[in-house]
Amino acid sequence: MRQCELLVIGGGPAGLSAAIQAAKAGAKVIVVEANAEAGGQLVKQTHKFFGSKEHRAGTRGIVIAQILRDQCKEYKVEVMLNSLVMGIYADHVVAIDVKKSLTEHSIERIQAKKIVISTGTSENSIRFKGWTLPGVMGAGAIQTMCNYHRVLPGKRLLMIGSGSVGLIVCYQLMQAGAEIVGIVEALPHINGYAVHASKLTREGVPIYTGYTITEARGTDHVKQAVIAKVNPDWTTVPGSEIVLDTDIVAVGAGMKPLIGMAYMSNCDLIYDKALGGWAPSHSENMESTQKGIYVAGDTTGLEEASTAIEEGSLSGIAVAESLGYIPAAKAAELKDAAWHRLNVLRSGFKGEERAIAKRKQLARYDAVMKGGK
Amino acid sequence: MRIMNHPILGEQKDIEWVTIIVNGKPLKAKKGEMILAALHAEGIIVNRYTTKRHEPRGIYCAIGQCTDCMMVVNGIPNVRTCITPVEDGMTVDVQEGLGKWRGDK
Repeated sequence: MRQCELLVIGGGPAGLSAAIQAAKAGAKVIVVEANAEAGGQLVKQTHKFFGSKEHRAGTRGIVIAQILRDQCKEYKVEVMLNSLVMGIYADHVVAIDVKKSLTEHSIERIQAKKIVISTGTSENSIRFKGWTLPGVMGAGAIQTMCNYHRVLPGKRLLMIGSGSVGLIVCYQLMQAGAEIVGIVEALPHINGYAVHASKLTREGVPIYTGYTITEARGTDHVKQAVIAKVNPDWTTVPGSEIVLDTDIVAVGAGMKPLIGMAYMSNCDLIYDKALGGWAPSHSENMESTQKGIYVAGDTTGLEEASTAIEEGSLSGIAVAESLGYIPAAKAAELKDAAWHRLNVLRSGFKGEERAIAKRKQLARYDAVMKGGK
Repeated sequence: MRIMNHPILGEQKDIEWVTIIVNGKPLKAKKGEMILAALHAEGIIVNRYTTKRHEPRGIYCAIGQCTDCMMVVNGIPNVRTCITPVEDGMTVDVQEGLGKWRGDK
């Protein structure tokens, strides 16, 4: 059985950042990535990032992914692609299904001194009549098809949800030549950043606030969608229906942390709506309640790629410190700097409620470790 | 529909093509792209029909999580076409229910 000092589960922005920090300090690091390419959801993010220069503002997600992959190479991180972690067993033995071709795969076991879980999120769905018809898909799916595979699965699109993902994806589809027939938002107001919404309304895209989808129509694929006004009690207003011709209904109904690995490892979990649901509680070092198992990025609560990078870096520094590669004083300095950047990211519009939720996660960790629970 | 020109990603040039056989008919696919992308480039959007109600299913997550895009590939059922790359001469068939292995009656 192979051994390594740090095994990272999931090669997205958090996982790669953890690997880079630990490897830079001298640790032997392996990243296990289920896809054919590392980078996580950054590989389809053609937009420039917000924030300050230290958070790579003004740089496109696809470029950040390449920078992270290059740094992994520079610090000799081993990245296993097409490799799916099946489980974490006793003594930090990780079982991995390595896909080699359509018909060939092998099972590899690796024992790691430390583990970082950075498995990201999965998209939420909503149910309505016809929601299983081909043409109804996740907002992330249409973004993957458009920006990564460079194929449009239809000409006209209706977006359900006006959060950041819904708005950004609509704009990117417009750039690629699709027509946006509308954006539907059940809340009485637009949920994402006004700057993104304005880009769309300037182009004449209607945003139906206070509306929801009630039906997708078609025989073997979507041809029409029916939307209706929402009452305060979430029923729909009879007679308010609008029928729209569309090929695609994209569902941007938020995301939830992918916590399978943390759950299997008996990490303590805490529920918070502001972070997308259940997520593992953790220390300021990003260590879960299971010693030696760290958590970073959206798997510990839905945020953004920039926070995932910082949390990943933080966990990588903490791992390197605990392995003896970084002296305590130097580690404290690096971790303080990372926390400062995280606090900046968790301020302002939408940031404050995440900051509060994160403080609850840290408090929960302390309570559990003291045996309070 | 393929996006040949993109304001940020640029132009797709010097594409190397392979041929896959979809439901018995040849289809041009970009070397190394995922099966699902090749199908959508040509407007093929039904991947499978469900076991009990024979309802059509197509792309839903596009990142290998949901299994709605499963098809019979080279005679092997339940292959997630969104994360399986094309190979020259590969056969891809719409899946009925849980699918049949090549050679099954």
